[in-house]
Amino acid sequence: MGVGWAHLGTSIVASFLASLVECVEALTVVLAVGSVRGWRSALFGSAAAVGVLLVIIATLGTALTHIPLPIIQLVVGTLLLLFGLRWLRKAILRSAGLIPLHDEQAAFAKNAEAMRHLGSGHTRWDKIAFAAAFNITMLEGTEVVFIVIAIGTGHTGMLLPASLGAVAALLVIVALGLILHRPLARIPENMLKFVVGVLLSAFGTFWVGEGMNLAWPGADWSILALIAAYLLLALTMIPLCRRQSQALHQAARIIR
Amino acid sequence: MKWISNIFREIFGLFVDDGSFALAILIWLTVLHWAVPYLRLAPAANAAIFFVGLALILAESALRYARSCHPKR
Repeated sequence: MGVGWAHLGTSIVASFLASLVECVEALTVVLAVGSVRGWRSALFGSAAAVGVLLVIIATLGTALTHIPLPIIQLVVGTLLLLFGLRWLRKAILRSAGLIPLHDEQAAFAKNAEAMRHLGSGHTRWDKIAFAAAFNITMLEGTEVVFIVIAIGTGHTGMLLPASLGAVAALLVIVALGLILHRPLARIPENMLKFVVGVLLSAFGTFWVGEGMNLAWPGADWSILALIAAYLLLALTMIPLCRRQSQALHQAARIIR
Repeated sequence: MKWISNIFREIFGLFVDDGSFALAILIWLTVLHWAVPYLRLAPAANAAIFFVGLALILAESALRYARSCHPKR
């Protein structure tokens, strides 16, 4: 029972946090589109994309359950590992100040400006607003779909909890968007991305190990140990990367 | 047809932004998958070696990037 909770809890949290990050980014663009060109087409565009994404989750999720679990764990785990480690690497570099932090206010202003330059908007049916909202929701949503499927199919019976985590994130962001009507700049998005990178890397490592028949000590509890190990590694790498970059540029300045 | 290539580019971008980083991960997985049956180590040691390899790949890639760029803030 305890083992089940270790797995279930981390799956839901990983799916929720990863989806939250993607939903915040999508919301910023949808708000920019809606506030400049009108809400009707923007909301229809987003709703249509969410509908398409739900169909993809239902179809792919069901189809993948017919493939033997070790193959799924190896293939999906490898993709999750590539995805998670890429995300964690970027989070380390962002925290070290080597990659610019994501700024929702700036993204909102940039998208709103772009929408203003695309001709008159407030007609009954605005194709540009619909397409822009549909595209951004599909783009960010595709990442959510991948995360839900990767977390959900790596272990029997996890697709529903992973989906619930993503749906909860969507509902939270939609509610905040309806209440605030502005980008969610106060959400610590970069910290969330850091945590999500750690969680997805740990899941990917665990699935691939299972697919290779590696014996994880403590079975499912190893996921928690992997999360702790990746977190420690990432926190150690931040000052190392910062120092490495600064030392090299100081040396370059002295030589010049 | 351009939208199809855009979709594939987006999907590819989900997994790869530094080619050598992604390639190193795939090579490590392949090597370990092939070598595990021949390694006569305790089962838990195989799992530890697997993680340490991934950790080293991540550390090397992040430090390599740090050596090549200016701080942004």
